[in-house]
Amino acid sequence: MSITGSARGNDNRGIRELGGEEKVGWDAVTQGVTLNSFVGTSENAAFLKPEERQYNDFNSYTATVASWRIIKPVYNRDVCIDCQNCWVWCPDTSIISRDKQMLGIDYDHCKGCGVCVEVCPTNPKSLLMFGEKEDNDDALAGWPSKEKK
Amino acid sequence: MAKEFDLNEVEVWDGNYAASQALRQAQIDVVAAYPITPSTPIVEGYGGYVANGYVDGEFVMVESEHAAMSGCIGAAAAGGRVATATSSQGFALMAEVLYQASGMRLPIVLTVVNRALASPLNVRGDHSDMYLGRDSGWVQIDAFNAQEAYDLSLVAFKIGEHMDVRLPVMVHQDGFTTSHKAQNVYPIKDDAAYKFVGDYVPVDEMLDFTRPVTHGAQTEEDWHYEHKAKQHKALMDSRTVIDEVFAEFKKLTGREYKRVETYMMEDAEVALVLLGSSVETAILAAKQLREEEGIKVGIVAPRCFRPFPYDLIREALDTPSLKTVCCMDKSAPGGALGALFNEVSAAAYATKARPIMTNYIYGLGGRDFAIDEAKRIMREQKAHADAGHITTDIQQFSGLRGPKLGFFQTRRG
Repeated sequence: MSITGSARGNDNRGIRELGGEEKVGWDAVTQGVTLNSFVGTSENAAFLKPEERQYNDFNSYTATVASWRIIKPVYNRDVCIDCQNCWVWCPDTSIISRDKQMLGIDYDHCKGCGVCVEVCPTNPKSLLMFGEKEDNDDALAGWPSKEKK
Repeated sequence: MAKEFDLNEVEVWDGNYAASQALRQAQIDVVAAYPITPSTPIVEGYGGYVANGYVDGEFVMVESEHAAMSGCIGAAAAGGRVATATSSQGFALMAEVLYQASGMRLPIVLTVVNRALASPLNVRGDHSDMYLGRDSGWVQIDAFNAQEAYDLSLVAFKIGEHMDVRLPVMVHQDGFTTSHKAQNVYPIKDDAAYKFVGDYVPVDEMLDFTRPVTHGAQTEEDWHYEHKAKQHKALMDSRTVIDEVFAEFKKLTGREYKRVETYMMEDAEVALVLLGSSVETAILAAKQLREEEGIKVGIVAPRCFRPFPYDLIREALDTPSLKTVCCMDKSAPGGALGALFNEVSAAAYATKARPIMTNYIYGLGGRDFAIDEAKRIMREQKAHADAGHITTDIQQFSGLRGPKLGFFQTRRG
């Protein structure tokens, strides 16, 4: 269920490797190492969805910055109740949710901290941690059933 | 709107009060400060102006000098005109954050009242703190008296805030000898002073919500070097801006400043290079020695410590009559020849005259440096000139009790 580049239309989330920026010379770097979040001005950025914003090349939104993750959350749509708890708690805004509906996990920014799994209230949980190399479909096939309290 | 401060044509101010008046006239938005002798009255004065309505700004009390400079950086990144003051241990505690301010290209003004560094603890004036800042990427300007502390504090904003510079600026004055000595000071009227400094123009300010910006980003081996090189170039190129701002200040007040001040160098055979309040002592000694003994002494005083005025020092020392140059460092050299000696020698090596170079350490912890001692050193330099080589150790100590202390000898001219 993870959302990948091609499925996101014009969204430029995680489209480049970190450090893949053009290596300009000393004369072309920004003064004072300032990094602008958006291209030009963006007065209404707070009212736009991330995929609608004009992120700057140096904004980590456009980079894939999760190469060192060793465990990952896998999302199970069949159990999820769209409560938005994981979206609220994720420290890396890596839960993708639109119109109060959980869509999946941004694997380009998720660091594998597991907070989303901790806060998920369903039984069984709609998010569980798996090894980074495990196949998501295999993980979903072996999803645990409802636990008796 | 801030009230106007009634000023006489000539006031009796000490260096601290002079600097605080300059901060008021520049209408600083934020001062984040922590008190330390002997610079406390500068920020105390600013706090009084805020409380009494003479400046429309914020005084932020913090828990340390590290926090003071950190607060200044935050306020400057937000988009305000910012200044503070410190000395000695406070300066040392600020050291880490000084590098952040310059790397982030924030034109903060720091008025430094020079004081010795512990241990042993000492509140008197020497240049240890000023020297500690010399690699921090700030412009460092040195005032030799109260008038200059006032003038240069105003000038500092105009230099640092110039669009080609955008670097923080330190204005140094000597602890007690300048900071606490009341002298005649000719102030500029409030409106003329503010007009000279000009409105603050922020760059990449964080309070511009239409252009969200990150300040203080991390860079590793693929970017850090380019940023440091760009920063170094801005500091080196600030020499032109400093010259321009000095010229503009002369137009306004008639008072002339140069990146390197020279006195009686036209025909000098012997030169002393020194900083701070000792410059005036050395000038008096040189004048007397010229009259009394006919020894042609000149004085070279770097007004601008950073960017180091290699160009103008070389020019000042490229006098055909010049035989010897004594560089006087008012800072414990910590296992080296004095910093001024090393840097001035590098510039002197590029002259035709290639004068004999010697080094004196003097005035540590506020040890007095008076005219008689200045004359003795000048006579000794004349003896080097007559002998054609250094007749003493290359590094010596002025005004030190106990057996003679010195290091390194040479028989070369």
